[in-house]
Order: sequence, then structure tokens, then C-alpha cells
Amino acid sequence: MSGDDAERARWRVRLMVAPALIVIVGLLGTGLVAALAQSLGLYGAGAGGTLTAEHYARVLADPEFRASLALTLWVATASTAISTALGVGLALALRRIVTGRRVMYALLQVPLGVPHLAIAAVFLTLLAPSGWLARVAHVAGLVAGPADVPALVYDRWGLGIILAYIAKEVPFLAVVATALLVRLDAGHDAVARTLGASPWQRLRLVTWPLIAPGVVSAALMVFAFVFAAFETPFLLGRPYPAMLAVVAQQRYLSLDLADRPAAVAFALIMTALSGLIVWAYQRGSAACAGDERPMVF
Amino acid sequence: MPPVERQSLRAVLAVAATAALALGPLALMGVTSAGRQWFWPDLLPQAWSPRAWAALAAPGAGIGGAFVRSAVVASLVSVAAVVIGFPAARALALHRFRGRGPLMLALLLPVLTPPIAAAMGLHTVFLWLGLTDTWMGVAIVHLVPAVPYATLMLAGSFARFDTDLEWQARTLGASPRTVWLRVTLPALAPGIAVAAAFAFVISWSQYLLTLFIGGGQVQTLPLLVVGFVRGGDDAVAAALSLVFIAPTLVIFGSVARFLRSY
Repeated sequence: MSGDDAERARWRVRLMVAPALIVIVGLLGTGLVAALAQSLGLYGAGAGGTLTAEHYARVLADPEFRASLALTLWVATASTAISTALGVGLALALRRIVTGRRVMYALLQVPLGVPHLAIAAVFLTLLAPSGWLARVAHVAGLVAGPADVPALVYDRWGLGIILAYIAKEVPFLAVVATALLVRLDAGHDAVARTLGASPWQRLRLVTWPLIAPGVVSAALMVFAFVFAAFETPFLLGRPYPAMLAVVAQQRYLSLDLADRPAAVAFALIMTALSGLIVWAYQRGSAACAGDERPMVF
Repeated sequence: MPPVERQSLRAVLAVAATAALALGPLALMGVTSAGRQWFWPDLLPQAWSPRAWAALAAPGAGIGGAFVRSAVVASLVSVAAVVIGFPAARALALHRFRGRGPLMLALLLPVLTPPIAAAMGLHTVFLWLGLTDTWMGVAIVHLVPAVPYATLMLAGSFARFDTDLEWQARTLGASPRTVWLRVTLPALAPGIAVAAAFAFVISWSQYLLTLFIGGGQVQTLPLLVVGFVRGGDDAVAAALSLVFIAPTLVIFGSVARFLRSY
């Protein structure tokens, strides 16, 4: 290829990626830089025009931020751990079904098409003190009346939020685990069985290590998603402590524009923490797996 | 092998869990939306009523307008995300070029940035552009989450596309236009359908970006859902949730067969 052709090819590629880059870097990249400037007091509503770290200091010293961070980490960890365990368990159990397995796999896709917002709405009805779950508990003789029902919405520990995420993410992890399981070489399992390994040993020592990288990547996606989530905690959580995104949103939309830079700082600290978690995972998995590093997204 | 009873119990549990996760929420929404006099501790309502559905259909509720608005925005976003993502996906999958790594990272940026932080930053940019409080601004801002997904999905299709087919058609005398229409497009059609469907659903279910950029002036369906859910009328909220979910289920259902071959 002559130099001219190579140069033309380079321009071709640049033109091909330009529209996508204009949307992502042009809009979001610029927006994040503007947000950083606003949080540092340099530009925008509520900013004084001089460089300052006071908004960050204010957020980090704020007891509401700490309470919110603790709740967010708890909800994200619990949702991810339970969804992953149940999702993988469901995929393993469905694998054994002979008749109707295809129908089950099709059903598993349904919740993926139901937006989180709708799941949160239905869980509000399901988990309310006089909701459907409480009625089932009553029929089962567990509770006498709505007053005895432990709070599952607007509760201190975000239980309603966690349950809503479990309902949404168990099918997701089951779909991911199923896709990983069908790709497995059945020979490994057969060899382990011939060598006398019990079902539990085969699962722990043969199947799990083979699907773990993919499952853990999907679990990390769930964690990052729940960590940053807004709609579900907004509808099912209590105002204090609320999850990080909810607090950030309320402060940004506060009538006092002077609160804006601190609200933006709040959201950017959240972004940094989320990025840090993903980065730590990438490094950790790189260290464990050598060059067989699984891509996260 | 575990005993047969234990195996079948596990199978029954798995089937029950799958059915409950898939159909439970939809069934509960359906029953709640049509129930009347549903007192503690009845598991099903004593009487049925179309009240909630009639309330949604009432002209003053603004549901029809919001539905059309959401559908128009999501359709535009769907087409635009595929048109924008298509060449980038081709470059990503079929070309080796300097800056490929940073491009991948840029595509992951909207996926990794918490939506609330993205919404705040984009709010400033859209104020500059004078696009806040407009439906056009809302459609454009939905591209930020939609384009990366469309691009990554289309890149997956391109990775399995044999470009030699294009050359063979050219050698046989086909014009570039004919090659594009008769070779490239048909080969990538399933991937395009899936990418378009995902972009549509991403836009359709967007809440925060619409709230920030639309400033409450652009009432899409998710904004109304949140309003009605917080309004406390369970029946109306459930009916509206079903209206909100129906298109996403139909769209995912219609591309599901392409997903399987994915």
C-alpha cells in the first residue's frame, strides 16, 4: 500500500468512528469536565469562580454522605451476592430439566425486558404492610395483622430495594450462567465422575472454576449498577438514609443554587468510588488469571 | 447421582422460581390494576372494576400523549443509535488502528458513569446548547447511553461477518450500492434488529436523563409512572406499569430469536 492509500484508510476510520465519539466524548466527556469545574467552584450555578476543594471537604465530612455510602455498599453487596448465588443455582438446576427446558429458558428472558421502574412499582404493592406478601404470611399463620409485618419498604436496611433487585437480577445471572454452562465441555464433568468425584466436588472443583470468570464479571456489572441506581431506591427507600444517587439528585434539584457544586461533588465522589471498585476488580482478576483477563463489560 | 426424589424436587423448585420471577410481577400488576374492594387478608380482590384503566384512558390523564411522546423519542433514538453506531462498530471489529483502545474505553464511559453524575454534567452541556426543556434535547441525550450499547452489539455482529463476501460481489460486477443492499445489510440484519431494539428500550425506560434535560416539561411515560406510583393509587400505578412494560416485552419478544443465534 502506498503512503497515500494508508493515509486515506486512516481518514476513513476516523470518519467512521467520529459520529459515535461526538455523542460520547462531545456530550458526556464535555459534561463530566463541566461537572468537575462546577464541583471545584470554577464554573456554573452556585460556583464562586475560584478554585476550591471546600465542596468536596463538605461532602466528605457530611454524616449524611457516610450513612448513605454505608447503606449503598450494603444494598449493592447484598443484592449482588444473593442474586449471584441464586442465579447460578437456578441455572444449574434448570440444566437438569429434560422436558420443557426451552420454555424455562424463554421465561427466564422475560424479566430482562421489564424495566427496573416497573419492578419497583410492583414491589411497592407486594411488600407493603398490607401487601400481597403480608397476606400470604397471614394465610400461612405467620402474622396476625398488618401491624405485625416487619417493614420491607421504606425500611432502615433497604430490604425492599434488595428484594426488588434480586427479582430483577437473578434471571439476568441465570441467563449469563446458562450461556456459560452450555459452552462447557461435558467431558470434564464426565472425567471427574469417572474418577469418583461427588456432585458437590464436581461443581466446586470442575464446573465453578470454568464459569467463574464470566459469572464474576456479570456480578460486578450488577454491583456497579445497583451502587449507582436511582429509580428503585427512590421509590422503595426511606428519605434518610437514602442511597447515594437519591441524595445527590435531591441536593442538585434543591431550590438553593448554592447547593449545586456540593451536589455535583457528591455525584463525582460516587463516580470515583464506582470506578475504583471496577478498576480494583480488573487488577485483581489480572493478577489471579495472568493474561487470561476477563473483560468486564 | 442423587436420589430421584431429590432431583425432581430441585427441578420443581427451579421451574416454580422461574415461573414466579417471569410471570409473578406481571400477574400481580394485572390483578392490582383490575381489583376493587381488596381488603386484608384476601389474596384476591372481592370484586373487579375497570376503574383504573378508565382513569388512564381519560383524556385529562395525559397518558396517550406521553405514550406517543415516548414512542417517537425512542424510535428516533433507536434509528439514530444504529446509524451512528454502525460505522464505528465496523471500524472496531474489522480495522486495526491507532486509538482503538481509547475508543473502546470511550464506549464504556457511559456504561461506567453513574447516571446521576452523567445527568448533572449533561445538564450543563444542554444548557449551553439551548436544548433543555425540549423533546429534541431529551432524544439527543438518550443517545449517550444508547449509542455505546448499539455500537458494542453491532461490533459483535461485524466480528462474525466475512468481508470477503463484499469483495466477491464486487468482483462479480456489483456496484458498491448493490453490495451494501444485497450483501452487507442482509448479513447484518439480525444484529441491526437487536441493536435497534436495545436502543429503543434504553430510551423508553430512561428516567433521570429525561428529568434533568426535559426539566419536567417533557413528560415521557417513565416520568408519569413515577408520579402515579408516588401518588399512592396502587390500581392506577399497576395499570400504567403494564402500559409501560408492554412495548418492551413485545420488542424483546420479536428479536428474541435473533438473540439466540447471537
